[in-house]
Amino acid sequence: QQIQEDLNKQLLGNLVSFLSRSHSEFQEKTTEWTCRMKFREIPSAALILGVNVTDHDMTFRGLSDVLQDNITPYVALLEAKDCPGIKNLMQKLMGQLMKCDVDVDSLEDEDCVQVSQNRIRCSMSSLISWYKSVTKKTDSETPSKKRNSSSRYWQSPPVVVIFKDMESFTTKVLQDFIVISSQHIHELPLVLIFGIATSPMIIHRLLPHSVSSLLCIELFQSLSCKEHLSTIIDKLLLTSRFPFKLGEKVLQVLINIFLYHDFSVQNFIKGFQLCIVEHFYSQPLSVLCCQLVDIKKRVYSLSHDQCENIRRLPSFRRYVEKQESGKQIELLTNDSFLKEETEKLLEDLHVYHENYVSILRCLHVFTSSLPKYPLGKQIRELHCACLENRVWETEEYESSLQLARMLNKTDLVSMLQQCVEILMSCSGKEFDKTVEKLKEFLIQFQNLEAEASQERDVSVLSQKELQKKTDLYHLQKTLLELKESRRSKKLTKFEMLRFEVVDYIDSLVRKYLVPADDRTLHEIMYFNAAAVLRGHLNAAPRTALHTALNNPHWYLKNQALKCDGGGISNKAPDICIVYKLHLECGRLINLVDWLEAFSTVVTAAEEPNADAASSDQVDDIIHARFIRAVSELELLGFIKPSKQKTDHVARLTWGGC
Amino acid sequence: LAKKTKEQKMDNLVEEYFEAHSSSKVLTSDRTLQKLRKRRLNQQTLHDLLKNAPLAYAAEIRDLNQQHESLFSKWMLQLHLGFNIVLYGLGSKRDLLEKFRTSLLQDSVHLVVNGYFPSITVRSILNSITEEVLDHIGTFHSPLDQLEFIAKRFKEDSSLELYVLIHNLDSQMLRGERSQQILAQLSSLPSIYLIASIDHINAPLMWDQAKLSLYNWLWYETTTFNPYVEETSYENSLLVQQSGSLALSSLTHVLHSLTLNARGIFRLLAQHQLEKKDNPSYPGLSFQDFYQQCREAFLVNSDLTLRAQLTEFRDHKLIRTKRGADGVEYLLIPVDDSTLTDFLEKEDEDV
Repeated sequence: QQIQEDLNKQLLGNLVSFLSRSHSEFQEKTTEWTCRMKFREIPSAALILGVNVTDHDMTFRGLSDVLQDNITPYVALLEAKDCPGIKNLMQKLMGQLMKCDVDVDSLEDEDCVQVSQNRIRCSMSSLISWYKSVTKKTDSETPSKKRNSSSRYWQSPPVVVIFKDMESFTTKVLQDFIVISSQHIHELPLVLIFGIATSPMIIHRLLPHSVSSLLCIELFQSLSCKEHLSTIIDKLLLTSRFPFKLGEKVLQVLINIFLYHDFSVQNFIKGFQLCIVEHFYSQPLSVLCCQLVDIKKRVYSLSHDQCENIRRLPSFRRYVEKQESGKQIELLTNDSFLKEETEKLLEDLHVYHENYVSILRCLHVFTSSLPKYPLGKQIRELHCACLENRVWETEEYESSLQLARMLNKTDLVSMLQQCVEILMSCSGKEFDKTVEKLKEFLIQFQNLEAEASQERDVSVLSQKELQKKTDLYHLQKTLLELKESRRSKKLTKFEMLRFEVVDYIDSLVRKYLVPADDRTLHEIMYFNAAAVLRGHLNAAPRTALHTALNNPHWYLKNQALKCDGGGISNKAPDICIVYKLHLECGRLINLVDWLEAFSTVVTAAEEPNADAASSDQVDDIIHARFIRAVSELELLGFIKPSKQKTDHVARLTWGGC
Repeated sequence: LAKKTKEQKMDNLVEEYFEAHSSSKVLTSDRTLQKLRKRRLNQQTLHDLLKNAPLAYAAEIRDLNQQHESLFSKWMLQLHLGFNIVLYGLGSKRDLLEKFRTSLLQDSVHLVVNGYFPSITVRSILNSITEEVLDHIGTFHSPLDQLEFIAKRFKEDSSLELYVLIHNLDSQMLRGERSQQILAQLSSLPSIYLIASIDHINAPLMWDQAKLSLYNWLWYETTTFNPYVEETSYENSLLVQQSGSLALSSLTHVLHSLTLNARGIFRLLAQHQLEKKDNPSYPGLSFQDFYQQCREAFLVNSDLTLRAQLTEFRDHKLIRTKRGADGVEYLLIPVDDSTLTDFLEKEDEDV
């Protein structure tokens, strides 16, 4: 758990730094703009942030930090849920601005006291007077003050108000605020920033013309969340820094949730976090999932039980079966020998990762430029395909090789150069040879250029010959000859070389991009329980209820409950019987008929054993059970009481679900 | 091919929906519970009867619950890592949560919220946190202020930890937008751990993206098949006598405390209503006619006394007055006919 928490922290820290970096560019732009827009009407910026509302918090926090550092100490963040009315809005705004002031200035206590007093009555005029007093203070003070250091030319720093979620504000509040602040703009330089999830149209829909004409809006576009995802995957999964890896199915689930449900990077991270937790909680050998340097220590501290666990791993069994018999016995009985072997295997696994990543990138360089992208446009698709099974056996790979054989020279050269760069950057010593080989290819290509020009000469010559001969018969003959020669030809040197390169790449792929499932001891580093993950992140309560009500034997392991097909045995729990009967009805259900049907079913079930009890009492009990079942269905939301007809209930679901 | 069949299935589903809602006419029989010879059960007898009825498949259900209980330590770990846990599935999850509480939370500060309790509010949850956990006495302007205060306190004091268990997060009182928002914000505090259970099929509709990310749910399917005893005891079923509408027992109860004349007046009205019960357009007895009849039976001696009497009835919700199209006041007893018949019969026995 210790390791896992470390890992967690490491990962999250990495992510946060990355996210803030990707935002910073965007923030720079906005800040610059706020600097420029000092003295116009009400300058406002509309940030189009995309529908992944949950990720925006970080953006805004970063933005306000940047603003505070560079331009103005007065930044207020407003959220729609805090501002149901204009009064709350003003209150919140005042509170935040004054707190900002105190934070930045860290002045004496008297200011703090003032703040708490002022909180009681907050109006625009008090805000203005406060602002004046503050600006006076700053005016009188030396310009070397902290907040003026970067922007000392402006005697009155602007007050920035950020509306986090423009869509969820009530229009009236927003309009009122804009109108009010536009009247005081000369005394109080306000800058508004709207965070917009949908499209800039929403401004015009929310604000009537008279109000939006008071604003001077500039649009800013943030990075799309898909780009975020691909960079995160790039940084997080395709590095050898983290020993923990995701299996193909799991990655697929996470990406699907992202692409088809919410576009939220935060949720993706959450899913990733959950994977880590699950992996380290459920897999007893996950202790070994660590950096290369720690492996030795940990392997030697393994207990006997843990060694047994290793032996039980399916991938290890496959490995053992491949060894000769003497070694097999050693592996299965001798713990210390096993440990040595394990260490070697784990090191192999690490090396495999490093090679895998760099070759994957190379392959991506090739496939991403092909028309129609048979192997996918993004590197994550390629990654999935490689993890899923042997990539060279798939049709897509075949077709992409076909396409690669038809590449023209400039593309090929540039691609090769990129590959060389990638391989150079990775530290693995194994690639020296590969790099050399690729460089050799490059040189050959350069040599080719000269030959290519010669070639062209030849073809030109033959064309000239063609023009000379005007005789029809001869023409036909030469054409045929030409065709023949072209077909059988002697591939040009370039073409030969091209084939060679492609084949070489192919061999690289075959060597290094073996899916992880085929490696020994992959269970230690790969998390593959996709079903668990999907159950926890993307649950379907309705399906669960449906199966529980339809096939109770799925949960209650009893022979009596098993039955064929759509029917339901009459020994099922009451609620299941009631549910089944209700499925047969239309929109409205008559309670009396329902009760009678229920009692028929139940008495049929009880007939064989209960005959002595007085029928009246049995009736009462059945009635009571029926009442309980019906009220449970009501609680679950399947039916509701209806006023259309006496003693009827309305169904809220339809069909068989 | 699989996709095609799936598509077809979807089509079927859609068609089924429109089939179910196409005709406004619904074909059901006209029988009502009144026609059923049996008496209606009240809450108490129902409870007793159910206690006698044996629970089917007790052994299997116990197995199922034991399976869920093995997850407890995992839940603890995940709660501490910042996730919150939500349980779904058929059957009451009350006992399961209760067991979780007794087995793991005995020593730590925890709060149990019975969502199914009909008078629970977010306010009361917040109050119990501030008053009992944080020992703060005082009132707040709004729940938002209170929440802010709680957040501040929890941030200041990192040793504070609170487990919140909510039974039925989707109950009538808590399913509102505002209350969910506040609960979500509460649950997003790092030292507050939330475990909740939901039952309603449409419960996930309560949460939008923002709330979901605040809640940070981990879903666990815990189908228990336990009967919803506590939960449905507050659910007013149609089949149980309801306290809201007038029942026979309350009718007799009120009338027994009245004078003989007053009882006579009510009886007169009831009889009149029963005579006219087959006439669907019967508007009720007009005040003038009623006054005439009461005078004839020597029950009242003036317009005023009758009016005073009727006011008393109305206060007990025994009668309802309706002004007809011609401006005349009509009197009706808002009780169904069979109850009224029963009442008259009983009255006859008593006399």
